[in-house]
Amino acid sequence: MNGLQPDARLHAVLAARGRPPRVGALSNTMAFGWRALLKIKHVPEQLFDAIITPVMFTVLFTYIFGGALAGTPRQYLQFLLPGIMVQTVVFATMYTGITLNTDLSKGIYDRFRSLPIWNLSPIVGAMFGDFLRYTLSSAIVVVVGIVLGFRPASGLFGILAAMVLLNVCAFGFGWVFTTLGLALRTPGSVMTFSWLFLMPLTFASNVFVDSSTMPGWLRAFVEVNPVALLVTALRGILSDTASWSQIGQALIAPALVTAVLAPVALVLYKRKK
Amino acid sequence: MSHPEFAIESEGLVKHFGKTKAVNGVDLRVRAGTVYGVLGPNGAGKTTTVRMLATLIAPDAGRATVLGHDLVREGDALRRRISLTGQYASVDEDLTGRENLMLLAKLQGFRGIDVKRRADDLLEAFDLTDAATKQAKDYSGGMRRRLDIAASLVVVPDLLFLDEPTTGLDPRSRNQVWGIVRALVNDGTTVLLTTQYLDEADELAARIAVIDHGTVIAEGTSAELKASVGSGTLHVNLRDPAHRERAGQLLTERLGVVAHFETDPAALSLQVSDTARAAEALAELPRANIPVAGFSLGQPSLDEVFFALTGQTAENKEENKERAQ
Ligand SMILES: Nc1ncnc2c1ncn2[C@@H]1O[C@H](COP(=O)(O)OP(=O)(O)OP(=O)(O)O)[C@@H](O)[C@H]1O
Ligand SMILES: [Mg+2]
Repeated sequence: MNGLQPDARLHAVLAARGRPPRVGALSNTMAFGWRALLKIKHVPEQLFDAIITPVMFTVLFTYIFGGALAGTPRQYLQFLLPGIMVQTVVFATMYTGITLNTDLSKGIYDRFRSLPIWNLSPIVGAMFGDFLRYTLSSAIVVVVGIVLGFRPASGLFGILAAMVLLNVCAFGFGWVFTTLGLALRTPGSVMTFSWLFLMPLTFASNVFVDSSTMPGWLRAFVEVNPVALLVTALRGILSDTASWSQIGQALIAPALVTAVLAPVALVLYKRKK
Repeated sequence: MSHPEFAIESEGLVKHFGKTKAVNGVDLRVRAGTVYGVLGPNGAGKTTTVRMLATLIAPDAGRATVLGHDLVREGDALRRRISLTGQYASVDEDLTGRENLMLLAKLQGFRGIDVKRRADDLLEAFDLTDAATKQAKDYSGGMRRRLDIAASLVVVPDLLFLDEPTTGLDPRSRNQVWGIVRALVNDGTTVLLTTQYLDEADELAARIAVIDHGTVIAEGTSAELKASVGSGTLHVNLRDPAHRERAGQLLTERLGVVAHFETDPAALSLQVSDTARAAEALAELPRANIPVAGFSLGQPSLDEVFFALTGQTAENKEENKERAQ
């Protein structure tokens, strides 16, 4: 290219006019899911957290609480592991908001917004990309658990079913952080708000101990705490005692959150300047 | 498909951010198939205008028809026919050049083998084949700009917005971008380009709107803008910069116009309407013991146009703004 005469190659790409037929929302979303995978490929460091945290949580909590709470760490692990799976993945959902907030501040969203695509597809696509992170984290918890002596009654099928339920619920909870990511100004404030929200939900729960010894007011909270309901469902699945009602209760909050916050996120996204 | 004569017709576009009147009543008429230059200093409202016309933000008031579509009501249809290369890199820095283009191809309906084919054709045409598998964050400024523009051409739009496409580029990269703009218009795309560089607008644009403080303060071809300022400009180069003050006073007295001190400390210029009087005034300088190294009487540059329109040069303005911050 010499800058004076438009050359032949340039002319050829510019002459190729005409637009392929418009593609649907699903296809748009998949393309953004692909973008999320590419980002993991190019910036694998972002997975450190998803790998290290679950190993640490599982090993530490098993040996810190195990002897005191259940006699032996190994016995405690049978109780703890489903809880740690949930805690790890719920913490990981927070990154959805932080990543989105960082991403939004870059010029590329101007381009996405000027394209004839489904408005929310960049965001939903990124959330689908997070499935990989959640699956990885929960798989690591399970593997570390098995190494330490976790033996689920349900076998491999139960583990897979538990991971599917966990992913579905994580996607639902993800809308909370997506909304925070859209509503707040900086990644730092998204982080702060996310913690304020996550702390009570994960710690005032049945992740570490059964709620039966808790005072009444706290037990009342745990009984409706979505994180606790999910832990209960996972324990049921992994010990092969799950009831449909347990699974249904675990899904209520994520479904509600999606129904309410997805439209809110859309409005916030459109308003974003 | 109808082909309206004007690709853009806007009336009284307004966008305020709190107290900042970023755009305060912009009227534009951009003839289809041409390059239109929007020229203005920092903070004039160029980006805000472009973002409104590209459907990214809704105007607070006013109306616009873009490619025959109403800007507000038919945004969806419009997005299928326009493209935007924003002022700040609108590519994904983590992805490679090829992946960036492939993502946009997928989003716009290319399928299967065509996705990669389109990406590779664009990379080749924009001189980026060697960098196809490098992450965009490792690109030089010029390469990134070319990738950014290529990303806007995955589907060749009927109207392309380029927001300051050459800011920060070296002369060679700037020439490449100019070549791309010319090729685009040659092939039938209308280009609206914003710039702070007067020579860029002069070089590329068929018509130019000069904007300042969110309003259009002058509009026309570059020749018209120059003519509106006066018949020409007298440039004087002095032997000794120390004489400039005195030379300015003397010429101002004789010609009745303000002398403009240029960046070169020994140079000054004045807008003149009568060449004979200019010659007489010039002859006064040696008589007053002010040696002249050279002079010329020519068409005003766009920089001078800007000075005449706003009473400030574009550069001074920037300095003032920086000082104010
Ligand atoms: N999102 C926003 N919120 C608040 N103020 C804004 C916003 N966008 C722009 N402004 C203000 O509006 C004015 C015009 O900005 P704009 O970016 O349109 O100018 P510009 O001509 O593109 O300038 P530059 O040459 O620096 O890119 C500026 O004073 C700017 O600070
Ligand atoms: Mg700008």
